[in-house]
Amino acid sequence: MRIGNVWMSFWVTLTRILEHAINFIKRSTLKILSMGPIPNHVAFILDGNRRFAKKQKLVKGFGYKFGYIALMFMLKYCYELGVTYVTIYVFSIDNFKRSPQEVDAVMDLILEKVELWIKGEGFVYEYGIRLHFLGDLNLLSEPVREAVDRAMAATKNNNGAVLAICVAYTSTDEIVHAVERACEEKWDEIMNSKRVAVDEHGELKLITLGDVEKHMYAAVTPDPELLIRTSGEARLSNFLLWQTSCCYLYSTSVLWPEVNVCNFMWAILNFQRNHFYLVRKRKELKVVRE
Amino acid sequence: MTVKVELQKIGILGLQLIWHFLHLILSSFYFVVGIATTLESYLISCGLLRKYNHLSIEMVKYLAIVVDSDEAYNTLKIIELLQWLASLGIRSICLYDVEGVLKQSKEIILKKVNNASVFQDITLEFISISDGKEAVAKAANFLLENKFRKTNMSEDHRRRFSESQMTEALKAVGCGGPDPDLMLVYGPIRCHLGFPAWRIPYTEILIFTYGINRFMHLNQRKFYVCNKFSLCLFHSFLQRRELYDL
Repeated sequence: MRIGNVWMSFWVTLTRILEHAINFIKRSTLKILSMGPIPNHVAFILDGNRRFAKKQKLVKGFGYKFGYIALMFMLKYCYELGVTYVTIYVFSIDNFKRSPQEVDAVMDLILEKVELWIKGEGFVYEYGIRLHFLGDLNLLSEPVREAVDRAMAATKNNNGAVLAICVAYTSTDEIVHAVERACEEKWDEIMNSKRVAVDEHGELKLITLGDVEKHMYAAVTPDPELLIRTSGEARLSNFLLWQTSCCYLYSTSVLWPEVNVCNFMWAILNFQRNHFYLVRKRKELKVVRE
Repeated sequence: MTVKVELQKIGILGLQLIWHFLHLILSSFYFVVGIATTLESYLISCGLLRKYNHLSIEMVKYLAIVVDSDEAYNTLKIIELLQWLASLGIRSICLYDVEGVLKQSKEIILKKVNNASVFQDITLEFISISDGKEAVAKAANFLLENKFRKTNMSEDHRRRFSESQMTEALKAVGCGGPDPDLMLVYGPIRCHLGFPAWRIPYTEILIFTYGINRFMHLNQRKFYVCNKFSLCLFHSFLQRRELYDL
């Protein structure tokens, strides 16, 4: 009995030592990585939750719960590294075509976690995160939409990092929405002046690129510098198409719930390796556009 | 106090040294990967490695080629690449570079293409960054004008635009076109360099960071080999595309 207790306490001590050692290595590695350029904005496509559930023979919809745990770790690494903006692709408009049970599972999880954040619990409070929900929020159910609005209102004065959550979002829908708003704005301008809007040279005032861009859902954040996609896919899946012109696209074959600090660090290392060229290209694109 | 500051400086210097060492390892890793890739492509071409024998090329209805503007000046290599793609059976190709170098070389490329027998029934499209975001602004103006005409300046009449209307508007301003099934990016970095956003929602993106000019020193056969390998890689992507969709 006594030997058993000694053995047990030995294992507990060993586990604690290992845990501390792993945490120290993680912190040290993040510190080393912070010596190089750090992306100001990282975007994630959280792909592979369903495949993970299938692989682990879990109940449908359970993969998302594991996905949420992985997300918490990823956000922790991002904010510890000094990333200011994080955008995550949670739910596409196309995903509404999935089975009602699956859609409900995701929506229930979103509702549960958002309610938690409103109460000031979890990482949102810890890091002083400001939340933005991007997408056609009218497509969400009433309780989810209300919770989302409350979460944005509750965190609007937070000045730590920013987390943009894309729900009921597709990039093509975002572009259409921005064009629509730009047209409405110009329309109102014309209707109010009762004549076609002209500039100081007497030329017709047309909708400019800036007019469209300011109405994008993602206008609340700068363009991402690094986009991480899991499960080995090599497409953007209608996510931030407009904003990723000069964004480093990193794809890893692991499924989202399996993603870990090593995958994240590898992505950052690859970003740093190409940072100089990215900056150059961004400047070139700006010059060409002007 | 000064000792503490000095120690901090030494600590930061140490971390920077480790950071540089990490990147040295990373560069070495990619160098080895590059050699392995070239070797594998050579073995495939010699028939020693039986891989990618049956490519489902017919799945690629429309192919986009993105080239870094610095490399787009090399018209001969672009034509070589097009010849190779045509010989594989790809019939519709869209060529893109940021500055529109390929657009300017359009006449030269088309002249060479029309002279070669391999280019029968091939469709080429030349686009640049002006066909991307700026085209959306043009389409917005087109939709606005249409809204004026159709609504007869009535303030109350507001309606949502649909994605199909947006596609039509882009076509009307001369910047429309089909969505590529696959995009091959030849450039020193993993990004799509501002290819028109509207056209790539579900496009498979394959990036070859060595760029087109890596083949400068290679003869025709080896150029074909390297490219064959690079295109072969997307076979698995195309298969996966049918199985999963986000």
